[in-house]
Amino acid sequence: MTDFNENIDVEKKNSGQADINSVPFTEVEQPGPASLAEQAKGFWVTFSTMFKKNQTVQYPDVKAPTQPRFHGRHQLNRHPDGLEKCIGCELCAWACPADAIFVEGGNNTPGNQMSPGERHGAVYQINYLRCIFCGLCVEACPTRALTMTNEYELADDKREKLIFEKEDLLAPLRQGMLAPPHPMYPGMTDTNYYNGDVKESHPSQAEK
Amino acid sequence: MTTTQESAVAVEMITVVIDGFEVTVPKGTLIIRAAEKLGIQIPRFCDHPLLDPVGACRQCLVDVEINGRAFPKPQASCTIPVEPNMIVKTQLTSPVADKAQKGVMELLLGNHPLDCPVCDKGGECPLQNQAMSNGRPDARLDGYKRTFEKPINISSSVLLDRERCVLCARCTRFSEQIASDPFITLNERGALQQVGIYENDPFKSYFSGNTVQICPVGALTGASYRFRARPFDLVSTPSACEHCASGCDMRTDVRRGKTLRRLAGDDPSVNEEWNCDKGRWAFKYVTAVDRLTHPLVRNSSGELVQASWPEALAAAAAGLKGKRAAVLTGGRVTTEDAYGYSKFARIALSTNDIDYRARVTSDEERDFLAAHVAGSSTTYRDIDLADHVALVAFEPEEESPIVFLRLNKNFKKRGLKVSAVATKSSIAMDKLKADFIKVAPGAEPTAVASLALTAKSIILVGERASESAGLFSAVAVLSAKTGAKIAYIPRRAGERGALEAGALGTVLPGGRPVADAAARVDIAAAWGVGSLPSTPGRTSVQIIDALASKELDAVVVGGVDAHDLPAGSKALDAMKSAFVVSLEIAPSAITALADVVLPVAAITEKSGSFLNWEGRARAFDEAVADSHNRSDVRILSMIADAMGESIMLGTVSAAAREFNQLGKWDGARVQLAPVSPVAPKSVAGNQALLTSWRRLLDMGTLQKGEDNLAGTRRQTVAVISPKRADAIGIKTGQQVRVSNAHGSITIPVLVEDIHEDAVWIPRNSFASQSLVALDAVHGDVVTVVKA
Repeated sequence: MTDFNENIDVEKKNSGQADINSVPFTEVEQPGPASLAEQAKGFWVTFSTMFKKNQTVQYPDVKAPTQPRFHGRHQLNRHPDGLEKCIGCELCAWACPADAIFVEGGNNTPGNQMSPGERHGAVYQINYLRCIFCGLCVEACPTRALTMTNEYELADDKREKLIFEKEDLLAPLRQGMLAPPHPMYPGMTDTNYYNGDVKESHPSQAEK
Repeated sequence: MTTTQESAVAVEMITVVIDGFEVTVPKGTLIIRAAEKLGIQIPRFCDHPLLDPVGACRQCLVDVEINGRAFPKPQASCTIPVEPNMIVKTQLTSPVADKAQKGVMELLLGNHPLDCPVCDKGGECPLQNQAMSNGRPDARLDGYKRTFEKPINISSSVLLDRERCVLCARCTRFSEQIASDPFITLNERGALQQVGIYENDPFKSYFSGNTVQICPVGALTGASYRFRARPFDLVSTPSACEHCASGCDMRTDVRRGKTLRRLAGDDPSVNEEWNCDKGRWAFKYVTAVDRLTHPLVRNSSGELVQASWPEALAAAAAGLKGKRAAVLTGGRVTTEDAYGYSKFARIALSTNDIDYRARVTSDEERDFLAAHVAGSSTTYRDIDLADHVALVAFEPEEESPIVFLRLNKNFKKRGLKVSAVATKSSIAMDKLKADFIKVAPGAEPTAVASLALTAKSIILVGERASESAGLFSAVAVLSAKTGAKIAYIPRRAGERGALEAGALGTVLPGGRPVADAAARVDIAAAWGVGSLPSTPGRTSVQIIDALASKELDAVVVGGVDAHDLPAGSKALDAMKSAFVVSLEIAPSAITALADVVLPVAAITEKSGSFLNWEGRARAFDEAVADSHNRSDVRILSMIADAMGESIMLGTVSAAAREFNQLGKWDGARVQLAPVSPVAPKSVAGNQALLTSWRRLLDMGTLQKGEDNLAGTRRQTVAVISPKRADAIGIKTGQQVRVSNAHGSITIPVLVEDIHEDAVWIPRNSFASQSLVALDAVHGDVVTVVKA
């Protein structure tokens, strides 16, 4: 950029009266039309493609499946009885190289048992404007609470909408799951939960 | 780490070789400390520089050789002092020591749960860190780890997870050696050993938070910080404690504009590495109470309405300009703010009617402060060197806990003699084995006069001395007679700073007497004004009286709780008719009747400094960076500008610079005119003389919203002597009614060692707010009957 301006009289430049014609101009050599043989070589690619299978996908009418390990939107998983796996330890936030995750821990109380054990994630936010989908958070998660789905449609028209809250990230309730808060499975400890001994919810857990 | 070796006498130095490097240290230094001097970090858990060595965790094993003869096995470097010709090989040069350390770590981890993700210590845990630096990469022990029921509340503020404990005994040693509160101990033996509390007896200590801070694992955690954050979330700012005049160095940890915890800082000359639970856990008042966010101005129909800053400042200026106005600042403002109030009163209001003492005061106290306290510097170090400490109208544990810790340290280390002139015995006096000189309320001056002190003694006199006529005079006479040093210890953090800043009717900044023309010229020149008012100012009580009798038209009030003043309701009535400008962080009784209310910054939102009781500056920076609230001094400066009487103190740093440039007064001091004592009132039958003090943890404004902390308050009781208990037929635990013409208080009774004519109740505790309910303090007659 500055190369062009070097020769301009400083005063003229400052007064805003630089003359366009005084700017030195280097002629760029233009290649002329190619020979017929060269043109045929070029158009051959176009011509041969006409007989190949069409690769275009009519997105969004047609959605091609991703690879199974594609790094898409995150999901906060649940134990089979519906309790959350997240314990609010913030290791994902710690691992995140883009500082995209914000977590605040909370105390599990008898009336508000969100996850097995003493601690749950009270606030959980992922900022998809920052997330680079590297998956280090998933590696860091000690309870396998955080995994990634294959969902890649993460565009929106407001920046705020791209900060996903806990309820946006939580996995849906499946068969046999109860929405927390509810007590832990009778007779089971948090260790049992981590070892996979809890298979479904117990009727007593539904009683408030 | 702190080196506790401090002595004026030349100490014998010893040179030892550690990992091939020579280091010369004083005799008696432990190997682990000598290695630190070389920058060699030996892993440790139980070792703490301020606690006696115990060698409990065995993590600091090193190879030691003396005079060419090696110990057969690695030794704990935290228990062995250096010797001449000693050669030490740490884990860095000795494979044997390294293997021993790794072995100890493996055994410690054998029972330690892998619950770091849910543990509050995770991220700042010495066990985590040292397991990484000095542990084996894998575990060879498998099988079940020891488990306990968890967590258990050892008090409402402290939680214990026993399975995480590595049995270093730091907490139990702290409680026993530093705080003398042996409420926790190591129970059982071998693999079942665990930290425990006595059955039905919670961990009742004013210093329990320190055990959480020194726990090298996550076994002890604070209830209010539990699961709130990780160390990497927190922005830490060095700060100073605003709760009392001890002047603790602190660290404030903030996450997203909210204070989450405060820790004791390391200042060997003041608080060492300790603080009290109030300083550590009472910080939610900044966010818990309903803060004032906008200026409020009373409109023509008498309602307080929100206003813009220019409007509010103009209203304040219009109400104060040319009026007979006074200033009440309270004892909580920083030195810079107090200096702002002091300069504002003298220049903008042309008066000396300013008093920072929002409590029971006396003229004798004011003169004592001007004569003996302003500019003086008795320090913690003087307590370390004293041969005898006399406590006068001062209960160290309740009123200045770090002073108590220092007294206790000297009592434990060298048997410091402590005498206390008081009406009631106290827990602190028992711990210090103090010589309890029992007097009736009001009879203190006579007892003080007969104290046998020397030139190396110290008299610690508290602010409650103003409640006994002649007591300050007696202290001054005793000091003059024996050469003993005087240390005046107020309760609130800002009192000493306010005194030095001249927020008192008879004192200008730097302890300059108002009555001294040279002192006035000195300050007038520094401030660039022609002259300063020469009439000595009124005290807080006189200001209230003058407002009531319409001798004053207006008052500027900063951070005063009306019920700290004697006759608080009278004070509020007096303010109703006056023009009141209130600078406050939250609505109070004064806000309700103020004409202009200006919100100011709380301590975490501003910079500034306090002077502790020693007169030592405790500066701090703002911990919450993006607050829009301003410090009092900035707002006063704006009001002064609006009045056309600039005080030129636009920032806290400008105020600090100007105040420090003024320096101390080196001219003649105020002389304390001796006040003769008044004999105690006589009592008969059910009558008793009231005595009281504020407890550390009570209904104080700055403890609002701290429910966990409130759970460790001492029980509210009325204390009477055994003879009186017999006379009215009452036993400990039964209800007693303490009453006078003003009102009554009904609380459980405790029969204890107290003067027979007296009854003691806490001054501002739950169900016992003696100033509000009885409007009585020390030496007033009340009736004590069985309820």
